[in-house]
Amino acid sequence: MDNISALLGGFADVITPVNLLIALLGVTVGTAVGVLPGIGPAMTVALLLPLTYGLPVEQSLILFGGIFYGGMYGGSTTSILLNTPGESASVVTALEGNKMAKTGRAAQALATSAIGSFVAGTIGTMLIVLVMPQVVDFAITLGSPEFLAIILVAFVGTAAILGSSRVRGFAALLMGITLGLVGTDFVTGQQRLTFGSPFLADNIDVIVIAVGIFAVGEALWVAAHLRRRAATVIPVGRPWLSRADWGRSWKPWLRGTALGFPFGAIPAGGAEIPTFMSYLTERRLSKHPEEFGKGAIEGVAGPEAANNASAAGTMVPLLALGLPTNATAAIIIAAFMSYGIEPGPLLLTKQPDLVWMLIASLFIGNFFLLVLNLPLAPTWAKLLRIPRPYLYAGILFFASMGAYAVQGQPFDLYLLLALGFIGFAMRRFGLPVLPLIVGAILGPLFERHLRRSLQTSGGDISGLVGGPVALVCYFIILGVLVWPLVARLRRGARGDDDDADHGGDDTPSGPVSTSTTHTWEGPGS
Amino acid sequence: MSTEGTTAPARVRDRAQFGLCAALALVGLVVIWDATRIGAATSSNDPVGPRALPFIIGAALLLVSALYALDVFRGGVGEQEAGEDIELGHPADWKTVGMLAAAFLLNAVLMEPLGWVISGALLFAMAAFALGNRHHVRGLAIGLALSLITFYAFAIGLGVNLPAGILQGIL
Repeated sequence: MDNISALLGGFADVITPVNLLIALLGVTVGTAVGVLPGIGPAMTVALLLPLTYGLPVEQSLILFGGIFYGGMYGGSTTSILLNTPGESASVVTALEGNKMAKTGRAAQALATSAIGSFVAGTIGTMLIVLVMPQVVDFAITLGSPEFLAIILVAFVGTAAILGSSRVRGFAALLMGITLGLVGTDFVTGQQRLTFGSPFLADNIDVIVIAVGIFAVGEALWVAAHLRRRAATVIPVGRPWLSRADWGRSWKPWLRGTALGFPFGAIPAGGAEIPTFMSYLTERRLSKHPEEFGKGAIEGVAGPEAANNASAAGTMVPLLALGLPTNATAAIIIAAFMSYGIEPGPLLLTKQPDLVWMLIASLFIGNFFLLVLNLPLAPTWAKLLRIPRPYLYAGILFFASMGAYAVQGQPFDLYLLLALGFIGFAMRRFGLPVLPLIVGAILGPLFERHLRRSLQTSGGDISGLVGGPVALVCYFIILGVLVWPLVARLRRGARGDDDDADHGGDDTPSGPVSTSTTHTWEGPGS
Repeated sequence: MSTEGTTAPARVRDRAQFGLCAALALVGLVVIWDATRIGAATSSNDPVGPRALPFIIGAALLLVSALYALDVFRGGVGEQEAGEDIELGHPADWKTVGMLAAAFLLNAVLMEPLGWVISGALLFAMAAFALGNRHHVRGLAIGLALSLITFYAFAIGLGVNLPAGILQGIL
């Protein structure tokens, strides 16, 4: 119950008129930008980061909590009203949501997604309060060898499980780690990969990397393939739900939450797997299976709840271990670093007020989201009609402003363009973006723990295999790496190009589902 | 798999992927070359030293680029990213991409001498033009409005770093 009182303390800090206004601003701006087509939650957070620069840390966090949940929600409006979603987590919502909108039920689709997001976000944030301190208690006992192993799990998880091709995932991961290597070595002061440039000597800022890969890369990629006629937007009135819709929605909301949260909390979880699982579950359990594919409300309610709950789940490893499990979390970590906060097990002991304030502002942001989104939905729908030249010109405008503002160097703008072309190439060749960002953020941390472990053991390799936690981690890694080989042997010699096309669908399900049941027992009991 | 030697080249889809493999290998070599350049590697305090990780990553890059090339030989393709405003299926529009990059570079060059208000407005107007906007005055007006708003809100209101340039003292 200690945590509850700490949380109440957090609420007390947040609930002042100025702070509430800041939270409201964050949610509004976050939703508005998140709704814009082509801008997913990660890009929303990256582009809006400069908004928080001039504020004190506390208020930055409050603003940030609002932007985070706003951006998450904005994406689902886009996918309901404008098929063909840009971000993978909303793909499933579009399946039924867009069909509902086409048959004149856009208002109900938006309502079930708004209320479902609220329910899932509230339960999910409550679960953060319950679970995160336990994870911190555990994580604080871990040493460098264990952290090294956990980071490796995150590396292998993001590179091998997400996306359809392992080799492409690892290529992206290694590119990210390479970007993280650039700069001055923190122990010896040696310059690495700086090619004599003083600008590269103090490392490439992760925010510049994120904005370059997400925003500039996306703008260039869209420019190369711009759809010349605008997609049709479905007009919408004020969202509402009939009694029957409520009856059909509440169970999917809860089931979606139960699926989403644990997946958000494990590395390589992300929102794709739980939203898809929630969709399949609802289709199987529905009393109206014939409606699926034609606009079944359960098919929007479940996945939307799963999506938001997984966003909440992400905060557990982020706050407790400093591990990002999806792209948005990666940018949040970068933002924390720019505020001088180092996420990790020590954060809760060193700056408990900040952590509880952030969690309190997540609750408040989530509430504002509900209050705002029901009446404002028609306005958001209008944003979808923004002329595309202005939209992508605006993305470049804000991207260069944000990147320049980090350090005030024009050099970062050239770097941003170069990173934009890397992002372009990754989209062209189907390399996943997340492993690159994770590699760039965790690469330096990985090296630090590697050197610290071997320092303690005096250079003896055995220093790398610490306690049982490290062993379990290496076991998981081995499982993830070996599983497809086993699966391939079982299926016979015929599966040789599954790696490239769609092998991702079935191969990861083994290791992922076992680790879920694992995580899920925590919050449940 | 035994037929690979004779029929594989016919199955290679999207040859440009080899270019990416080559780029990865090149990066790997550069990382390794850069690491060999670093002197005085280890000490008793730091048995790993600054060279170990670059060597590992460089080697891993070479390995992955080889595996990647093998995958391409076997007919593997990466799926191009789709999106709300993206129409795949026709060749990339390099002219638009080039114009966007030029607008971006111009902004980087002009930002400090002319200031954010002017360079940002030009960036917006040129990028919008590149993407098909033909209302030149409107594009410039929106750009100017955006850069003025951001300048006053961020640089003056929040104290964020944005250069005033030649308009120093006027704004």
